Amino acid sequence: MCSFLEWRDLKIVYKRYASLYFCCAIEDQDNELITLEIIHRYVELLDKYFGSVCELDIIFNFEKAYFILDEFLLGGEVQETSKKNVLKAIEQADLLQEPRHEYFNVPVY
Amino acid sequence: MPAVSKGDGMRGLAVFISDIRNCKSKEAEIKRINKELANIRSKFKGDKALDGYSKKKYVCKLLFIFLLGHDIDFGHMEAVNLLSSNRYTEKQIGYLFISVLVNSNSELIRLINNAIKNDLASRNPTFMGLALHCIANVGSREMAEAFAGEIPKILVAGDTMDSVKQSAALCLLRLYRASPDLVPMGDWTSRVVHLLNDQHLGVVTAATSLVTTLAQKNPEEFKTSVSLAVSRLSRIVTSASTDLQDYTYYFVPAPWLSVKLLRLLQCYPPPEDPAVRGRLTECLETILNKAQEPPKSKKVQHSNAKNAVLFEAISLIIHHDSEPNLLVRACNQLGQFLQHRETNLRYLALESMCTLASSEFSHEAVKTHIDTVINALKTERDVSVRQRAVDLLYAMCDRSNAQQIVAEMLSYLETADYSIREEIVLKVAILAEKYAVDYTWYVDTILNLIRIAGDYVSEEVWYRVIQIVINRDDVQGYAAKTVFEALQAPACHENLVKVGGYILGEFGNLIAGDPRSSPLIQFNLLHSKFHLCSVPTRALLLSTYIKFVNLFPEVKTTIQDVLRSDSQLKNADVELQQRAVEYLRLSTVASTDILATVLEEMPPFPERESSILAKLKKKKGPSTVTDLEEAKRERSVDVNGGPEPAPASASAASTPSPSADLLGLGAAPPAPPGPPPSASGLLVDVFSDSASAVAPLAPGSEDNFARFVCKNNGVLFENQLLQIGLKSEFRQNLGRMFIFYGNKTSTQFLNFTPTLICTDDLQANLNLQTKPVDPTVDGGAQVQQVVNIECVSDFTEAPVLNIQFRYGGTFQNVSVKLPITLNKFFQPTEMASQDFFQRWKQLSNPQQEVQNIFKAKHPMDTEITKAKIIGFGSALLEEVDPNPANFVGAGIIHTKTTQIGCLLRLEPNLQAQMYRLTLRTSKDTVSQRLCDLLSEQF
Repeated sequence: MCSFLEWRDLKIVYKRYASLYFCCAIEDQDNELITLEIIHRYVELLDKYFGSVCELDIIFNFEKAYFILDEFLLGGEVQETSKKNVLKAIEQADLLQEPRHEYFNVPVY
Repeated sequence: MPAVSKGDGMRGLAVFISDIRNCKSKEAEIKRINKELANIRSKFKGDKALDGYSKKKYVCKLLFIFLLGHDIDFGHMEAVNLLSSNRYTEKQIGYLFISVLVNSNSELIRLINNAIKNDLASRNPTFMGLALHCIANVGSREMAEAFAGEIPKILVAGDTMDSVKQSAALCLLRLYRASPDLVPMGDWTSRVVHLLNDQHLGVVTAATSLVTTLAQKNPEEFKTSVSLAVSRLSRIVTSASTDLQDYTYYFVPAPWLSVKLLRLLQCYPPPEDPAVRGRLTECLETILNKAQEPPKSKKVQHSNAKNAVLFEAISLIIHHDSEPNLLVRACNQLGQFLQHRETNLRYLALESMCTLASSEFSHEAVKTHIDTVINALKTERDVSVRQRAVDLLYAMCDRSNAQQIVAEMLSYLETADYSIREEIVLKVAILAEKYAVDYTWYVDTILNLIRIAGDYVSEEVWYRVIQIVINRDDVQGYAAKTVFEALQAPACHENLVKVGGYILGEFGNLIAGDPRSSPLIQFNLLHSKFHLCSVPTRALLLSTYIKFVNLFPEVKTTIQDVLRSDSQLKNADVELQQRAVEYLRLSTVASTDILATVLEEMPPFPERESSILAKLKKKKGPSTVTDLEEAKRERSVDVNGGPEPAPASASAASTPSPSADLLGLGAAPPAPPGPPPSASGLLVDVFSDSASAVAPLAPGSEDNFARFVCKNNGVLFENQLLQIGLKSEFRQNLGRMFIFYGNKTSTQFLNFTPTLICTDDLQANLNLQTKPVDPTVDGGAQVQQVVNIECVSDFTEAPVLNIQFRYGGTFQNVSVKLPITLNKFFQPTEMASQDFFQRWKQLSNPQQEVQNIFKAKHPMDTEITKAKIIGFGSALLEEVDPNPANFVGAGIIHTKTTQIGCLLRLEPNLQAQMYRLTLRTSKDTVSQRLCDLLSEQF
């Protein structure tokens, strides 16, 4: 099957990983194949960060999925293609997390 | 539940997500969510101040609920509070919430912008990064106003960290795309161009995107980027696959950056400097050469990345359109891909070849692949690819291969997907006409189209075949014979009956000599189809019959009998009945000479310049069709030795449709010739998809709108197809409007979609709720839609009602202003003279009064004026004004948030035929709006 389909004025480029579909909407002039690899690179980033990423990782840590996306893509353009640099940025941010013991004994609701 | 992997876990959030996932039904999920929303709301409203962690957790839960598809109408303030937290994760969640759920509430925007400003100034790169991401994700005008001046400074400052530079570049790009007027060009532009030379490839990647977008609009200012991009590209393509370390992707050096650089170069013509040009040509050759090398990896990522660069290079080669050698190499490369086992590559090869076909240098080379493309049409399993194959066949068609391509498209049509049939029909019709050397071929082709895909043949197509037959006497006899034969089929499409009826009515005499197609046989053949046809077709056939009366006196009595029969003379359809009566009368009273004059053969249609090509170009983008279409047209002009007949479109819009003949008695044109705004009969309109833009307001919309200011019921809009009626009632700040859509035709409207469009401002002040209507409206039927209206605060604009639907083959798009105006929320107030003047004086602040002096547009009749003021909604107060000729009114505008007292005074001056209108209310915007609305009424 072809990974591109036309939708209104846009093209949808999609790729399936297990039961998850990753879709990008791109404009007429944009490059379809490089978009497929944007999807793949994002999945690689998730995989590296979570360690064998699965659907549940993304659901339970949806905010992380957003943060990783923001480091990789911004305003619809690729910001940083180096896997090392993206993950370095995320890991640095994780280092800024407050120590966990502060949160123990905090009520659930 | 999986263990939370990294960073800080928010246990409450994880528990909540698990709960949601464990819900057995949608109802249970909604119940769980409502419980959570109530909990969060009470926490946010509670007296106890929440700590940062709790706030973050609850905001995160709200975000999750929103992502599940539920509306979130609170929590924004708490999210904004998080922005000013010193803890990174709290700030981060705050920014995420704002980015995903931004809201145009102006108070919040100010607070958000303030927090962003602080973070930008913090010199803490992670905080700056968060702020820049937020601006780039939201990209609103308010943010552009606040930061478009600041970000370029961050971008080019010497001490900015690389990662911040990257974010700043793309942030600026986003703001520029959204509000180009707010991004000032300046000294920074030249320094941005030099970022293409930066050592950090990530910075170069981000900067290239920015420079590309800026260069598209300001090519002169960014001209120096060309040589920088070429040298950067050259260094990348000649590098060994390990040189670029982590920027190498599956053995392809910096594919993203390469694609972006090639894209940037497509903003410019080929470089003038021979050295730069030579270097670029080398790069492109290297890229083409690499495509022939054996792959360095079997992974699809390797081939995708490599081919992404290759396709972008081919786009640049096509864009330059100056190196025949490269163009032909590109074409050969695409030719290989046409048979590649990867579906994606076949798709892209077909797509790129479509643009290559438009280059004079490579058109012939593209044509050599015709068999492969035809084969793709027949054997591809993927509809997207087949669609591309149709497009390419269309693009590569010229006089030499037209017969073959048209034949292949026709045979494909029999099995084509329904979604693309209509487009193929149009393409076949256009090609058949454009490249017809022999018009008998053209007639055969169009009749075949109707036979194979009659339902998809729009009216314009059959109008066009009739125009061509009428304009070319060499084909008339053949056409008559062919339609006569085609009509022999026991079941034929109604469009064929239309074409047949029309052509035989004009040229049936040319075949009447043959006893097998004698006048009576012709008549009986057509009449045998009559009862199966729709009203417009029957109307057309009646016109054919009266034409027969003139052509063949021997069948006159037979036809008169038919016209005289009850089913005609007493037909329930007025149009049919009228035709029967008039034609019968005409055939009885008119002498042979008069009949011959009245029912004369149609004169040739005026030949017009094609508007199809212009439309096609618009649809397909300028790069694809332009040159070659032009060139093809010139070529075919030479061959024909004269101007081509106007391709199908011009007719329906600008000349009467061929069925609208005969002194205006003729067949009712099934398509409206008039100007429903976008309902044009242009053939190529059919190419545009139904999901197109909103039509501009229909002509007369403003007038109609004004008529509804003082009344609530009536007809808002009407054209040949559609009537829109309104009935509305208002009470205090609430209202209900019934919109009635009437289909005036006998044909179904499909995909009927009315949409209410409000600007953001309006949406904040006026709450409209409605349910979608049934997408199918039967001929003659009326559907009703109810709009519930709530006035939240005073407003100035009016909502726009946009209606889109398909009628026959054409897409219709109508917009009208919906008369929901501020005065509808008036409650009249009776008061005595003394009270009135006391209040009048209280409202003496200059902003509270608005006055307008204007000329009377209508006769100055006291009773009508009174009725209008009452219709406007205020009470009409008698014996208040000392001058009995003046009118005075009072009332209260009810909105959800406030009530606004309004007083008005209208002073007519009969002598000068002028009015002076004065409004005093407690709110300046209300005074102004009411004055504007009411001034239009007299």
